[in-house]
Amino acid sequence: MEKYYAAELPKTERIGKLVADLFAKMPEIESARAILITESYRKTEGKPMVLRRALAFSHILKNLPITIRPGELVVGSTTLAPRGCQTYPEFSWEWLQAEFDTVETREADPFYIAETTKKELREANAYWKGKTSSELADAYMTPETHKAIEHNIFTTGNYYYNGIGHYTCQYDKVIRIGLSGIMKEAATELYGMKPGDGNYARKSTMLQAVILSCQAVIDYAARYAALAEEMAKGEADATRKQELLQIAENCRNVPGNGAKTFWEACQSFWFIQQTLQIESSGHSISPGRFDQYMNPLFQSDLAAGRITREFGQELIDCIWVKLNDLNKCRDAASAKGFAGYSLFQNLIVGGQTEEGRDATNDVSFMCITASKHVFLPMPSLSIRVWNGSPHDLLMHAASLTRTGIGLPAYYNDEAIIPAMMERGASLKEARGYSIIGCVEPQVPGKTDGWHDAAFFNMCRPLELVFSGGMDLGEQISVRTKDVEEMTSYEEFFQAYQEQMNYLISLLVNSDNAIDVAHATLTPNPFESCLIDDCMKKGLCLEEGGAQYNFTGPQGFGIANVGNALYAVKKLVFDEKKVSMRELKQALKINFGQGLDEAGATALAMEAIRGMEAEGRTVAKEDVPAVVQAVLSSELPSDKKARYTEIWEMIKALPKFGNDDPEVDEFAREAAYCYSRPIETFTNPRGGQYQAGMYPVSANVPLGAQTGATPDGRLAHTPVADGVSPYAGTDVNGPTAACNSVAKLDHMIASNGTLFNMKFHPSALAGDKGLDNFINMIRGFFDQKGFHMQFNVVDRNTLLDAQVHPEKYSHLVVRVAGYSALFTTLSRSLQDDIISRTEQTDAV
Amino acid sequence: MPEDYNQTKGRIFDIQRYSIHDGNGIRTIVFLKGCFLKCRWCCNPESQRHDIETMVVQGKETVIGRDVTVQEVMETVFKDRPYYRRTGGGLTLSGGEMLFQWEFARDLLRAAREGGITTAVESTAFAEYARIEALLPYLDQYLLDIKHMNSEKHKAFTGVPNEKILENARKIAEDGRAELSIRVPTIPTFNDTPEEIRAIAAFAEKLPGVKRMHLLPYHRLGLDKYEGLGRTYSLNNIAPPSAEHMEMLKKAAESVTKIPCVIGG
Repeated sequence: MEKYYAAELPKTERIGKLVADLFAKMPEIESARAILITESYRKTEGKPMVLRRALAFSHILKNLPITIRPGELVVGSTTLAPRGCQTYPEFSWEWLQAEFDTVETREADPFYIAETTKKELREANAYWKGKTSSELADAYMTPETHKAIEHNIFTTGNYYYNGIGHYTCQYDKVIRIGLSGIMKEAATELYGMKPGDGNYARKSTMLQAVILSCQAVIDYAARYAALAEEMAKGEADATRKQELLQIAENCRNVPGNGAKTFWEACQSFWFIQQTLQIESSGHSISPGRFDQYMNPLFQSDLAAGRITREFGQELIDCIWVKLNDLNKCRDAASAKGFAGYSLFQNLIVGGQTEEGRDATNDVSFMCITASKHVFLPMPSLSIRVWNGSPHDLLMHAASLTRTGIGLPAYYNDEAIIPAMMERGASLKEARGYSIIGCVEPQVPGKTDGWHDAAFFNMCRPLELVFSGGMDLGEQISVRTKDVEEMTSYEEFFQAYQEQMNYLISLLVNSDNAIDVAHATLTPNPFESCLIDDCMKKGLCLEEGGAQYNFTGPQGFGIANVGNALYAVKKLVFDEKKVSMRELKQALKINFGQGLDEAGATALAMEAIRGMEAEGRTVAKEDVPAVVQAVLSSELPSDKKARYTEIWEMIKALPKFGNDDPEVDEFAREAAYCYSRPIETFTNPRGGQYQAGMYPVSANVPLGAQTGATPDGRLAHTPVADGVSPYAGTDVNGPTAACNSVAKLDHMIASNGTLFNMKFHPSALAGDKGLDNFINMIRGFFDQKGFHMQFNVVDRNTLLDAQVHPEKYSHLVVRVAGYSALFTTLSRSLQDDIISRTEQTDAV
Repeated sequence: MPEDYNQTKGRIFDIQRYSIHDGNGIRTIVFLKGCFLKCRWCCNPESQRHDIETMVVQGKETVIGRDVTVQEVMETVFKDRPYYRRTGGGLTLSGGEMLFQWEFARDLLRAAREGGITTAVESTAFAEYARIEALLPYLDQYLLDIKHMNSEKHKAFTGVPNEKILENARKIAEDGRAELSIRVPTIPTFNDTPEEIRAIAAFAEKLPGVKRMHLLPYHRLGLDKYEGLGRTYSLNNIAPPSAEHMEMLKKAAESVTKIPCVIGG
């Protein structure tokens, strides 16, 4: 029995136009929100913070310029310019002001900013000096934590500079009962209180703030209704006129009331998604199980003959376009870590119902089709895979993967559901999980996950084992035993754990400081009324109002650390081919493979420290000269040869990602060095810490701050991404890499793990290629893997793979009658495949 | 005491995992060294000699060939069991010609069968039938190359006549235990006319139970290897057939047989 309609619906002309309009210009920074929030804050000084937030939200929504873009069916834009962004000075603003003149030309995520906007922002920002959440967070952090951040051990920049976001709210509830229904709930709570109640002050204020915020959103929708009516009057095209009148009617009804039609449900969803972004600058506000809460109205419309499947598809496509209309300007450093203008709005289809039935429906298929039609990064489309997932849904998903868009990401119910239950979710709640942002599972509508809380570079503590906690001449971490005096691998491993434990505690200190700052200065009542149990507790999300509270900072570099620990054990302690002294020197001098300025500075600082220890003083202005001296000094050829030899010995060792049980076990232990200590900590919202293992794109910039590591990775090159093997070291094909990654304990990293793979389109050719591809995923998931995502690469990537084969060792291509690893093929064969790809592309 | 087939030794030159276009499901191909034929278009010339030899690969001297036991091979093959289970995949023996080391081949197939995974071979079938018969109890799929119906021309391009191959094809088909597919490497100047392809298809049509016929377009992908081995490649001047030409040959084949015919693996 078919429960769903699986055929791919067509794309309309409108969608192509909407996408083209969206990308016609570079995104732009606008000043309206900053001006409005500053106006409001000036007037509300002295009032309770949560009320000030609601009043500001209200003032912004009343006055923010609105627009309906040509051809839109679902309306609501945060900026006048497509893909523009507002600014959020209550969190931080100094970085933006400092980057005014470079933000347009920077490499990662540039934004246009007009001179008048700069002037307006400067005026608004002046008010915020000393009032931001980032400044308050600074005040809460210990000096040791500041030091660790300065020395690039970890970064907590995400929530330091911005709002939190990273939740999935109850879109379903708004669609069902409307914001007026939620206001009623708030009022009932409020009237149920007595002035003498212990929590009266806090809770009653919070509930008033909720009511104000909901009304503000309803009024905002009414402004769009009026605008649509106005535009309809002047519209010559009869069809468009009718559309505008319908839009007006939709905006009069939702999100204030429950949606009566699928179109209204789409509009209701969108106003919530959009206004949540106006309230705070948090990203990864994730639509979650869109197919589950949107399907009922689609079905009732179909049954009543109110809608065609084609129009339903068009509406979903319109939402997909709108999700790409939202944007955010981050500081230059963060932009590199979150490259690609992404807001990480994760939307997931498929999986199971709360009762454990397969959840696939018509809208599940339409969501995948929408990503094909719109072909843009948002939403971050995901799919839940379980043992009972229908084959045709997975085939449809794989056909999207084959396009090379990198979507969807695949998630394993069979691993994630038990992992969530271990964190306290009930079976029903766990079955209803959805994904936040990149890969973070949670119970939607009940969780403040604080996912994405930090990037912790697991390679840096390893460096500190060799220096006894010293970095650039300063003691920044614990003084572990001198490596040269270590007599066993166990001593070395223990020192690594000591470094990790100490630095992880500083990471927690930093996150908790930021957490308290948000609770104090930026509670958000609107988001909070859409997440249980904020209204019951009378606390905003930031104050611990959610039913489930976590902090999920992510560690990365697992593959490097695993390979490095293995290399140290093998070469230094077991086989004694390299002394610890030699290895230490080899790392400092980058295995004799050349030093850059950062490497030379590290050496110079050490030399200066030595001179100071002898009682000689070195003036600051002499430092550059010492660095230059180090840079220009030639390494003696015998030393260089020995360091190169050590490098070659390390490179020849087995590496994680090749299905080698021994070295894979080291990677598993390396991951535990992060995931086990982290979960012993608690956050100010009364929740637990849980490890994530995914880097977003931070493995590249943070790798640039990391010296050479004993796995043979050269100084200042990227570290391994997520739980994936280190680039270029997995050479036994995709199943071997899957098996290695599956050997890690994914269940403990309940904030999510990320496994990236690259394929050439030819490996997914035909239904047979898709079928085997799906079954490779299933084979990985049978072994309790957590997540997989795929880059299906094109010709240009293949060309790059020829120039840099080391980066592409696991690139699978279809050759003649069989599939193979691209880089292991002869040059002529590579050329042949590249020319073949061109033919494929031309079709 | 039964002989321990897991300890049988043989010589291989490669193991390739995640092979997804030959045979059923996700497969691991083990390439056995040594071949009876010397096909002029062979894209794996390093497979032809049984001796261990060196080949220059991407500028580096590389040893081709190593001696291993069945057990050692199967340790790698069984690592992908989760994927075989999902797809009905398993072990594929290729070469060279796996019949060149038929006892080793037999014991590999037996180990795979005992281990609960499916088995396939890619083979020329140029050997005494007794050798093939020894494999059949352990074999699910036989992918058999038939290159030409004219024995003389066959000999000119592969070094051996075709009678034994055709005879074995008939016997394998009649035995019926292994699912048989006929594969035709389509080589310009050798067998790429409609008449020649039609003749092979007509032969296949007469065999009972042939599952599929594959036309494999000629490619020059092994060219570098000849250089790496210090050998000369004698088909320098021919180009891979166009898609249209392959389509035409497919139609020619289909005109004389009801066996499903596909281009490529």
